[in-house]
Amino acid sequence: MTETVYLCVSIIIMAMVTYLIRMLPLAAVRGKIKSRFVLDFLYYIPYAVLSAMTIPAIFYSSSSFISAAVGLLTALVLAFFERGLMTVAIASCAGVFVTEFIMSIM
Amino acid sequence: MEKAKTDKRAVRYRAGLIDGIPIALGYLSVSFTFGITAVGMGISPLAAIIISMTNLTSAGQLAGAGIIAAGGGFAEMALAQLVINIRYTLMSLSLSQKLDKKYNLLHRIISAFGITDEIFAVASGKEGEIEPRYMYGLITLPYIFWAAGTAMGALFGEILPENIKSALGIAIYTMFVAIIIPPAKKIRGVMAVALIAAGLSCVIKYVPIFSGISSGISVIICAVIAAALGALLFPRKEGA
Repeated sequence: MTETVYLCVSIIIMAMVTYLIRMLPLAAVRGKIKSRFVLDFLYYIPYAVLSAMTIPAIFYSSSSFISAAVGLLTALVLAFFERGLMTVAIASCAGVFVTEFIMSIM
Repeated sequence: MEKAKTDKRAVRYRAGLIDGIPIALGYLSVSFTFGITAVGMGISPLAAIIISMTNLTSAGQLAGAGIIAAGGGFAEMALAQLVINIRYTLMSLSLSQKLDKKYNLLHRIISAFGITDEIFAVASGKEGEIEPRYMYGLITLPYIFWAAGTAMGALFGEILPENIKSALGIAIYTMFVAIIIPPAKKIRGVMAVALIAAGLSCVIKYVPIFSGISSGISVIICAVIAAALGALLFPRKEGA
């Protein structure tokens, strides 16, 4: 097996597995689910997934814990006042940037 | 009549495009990082770009690039992708309940490719049912930026100053915050689920006996427990 073949087969396997995981439930589940519990579970899943992915990973997303905490706080306040995704994302980046700048001159 | 129909489709596609802009910007920085990392592992820039264009997922791609770089087996690759990306099954299942009547099998097969954490989050946070053109619009820019960011990172990764890279890294997470907080303010169940998931995630991260659990598996464990507790303790009213 040449290196190119190995690389191509690996990428194809990667892509196929990832795609099938996404496609099968979407294609197979056509009707509306009746169970209250399952519906509520599925309703809560996105918030649970996003929260688990964010905390504590967000504290390691910039070069210091403090600047990341400032970025998170900026986002929490703006999101609380229901600013859009873009505003929240840009303001939090600015928060990190400014905090790291201040830390660097202190 | 035909014209009006085309116009409506264009309007919905454009609405999706606009909602996809913040995701696309977030992806630019994340895929940029992926490009740098993959090339650093010894993967060629072209292969890194192809991986991004065929996979469209951050954690899975990073693990996959690592396996390729180490010359790992095909079974290992398949298993790693299955475990890391299994959360998409939950997302697709959740999204299947929100699709409108126009969503036939072909639309489902095509748009399934674009289900990522962020696209799913925006789609499921949208009021009412989801329609195919909106979904295609939503996927378009994140897909292009995901590929473009990977290319830029793979080809010119070392040029960007460290402080800019550091500041961009938080964007993807604060987008999640912006999705969670508004409903959490109004719905106690969402607040409870988000707090439980975050708490469990910290426990798995910091308690030594759980140190063998990868981040992909951790997300599944936390999400399933938190959402199940939410459904048990905070059932929503009929039709809510």
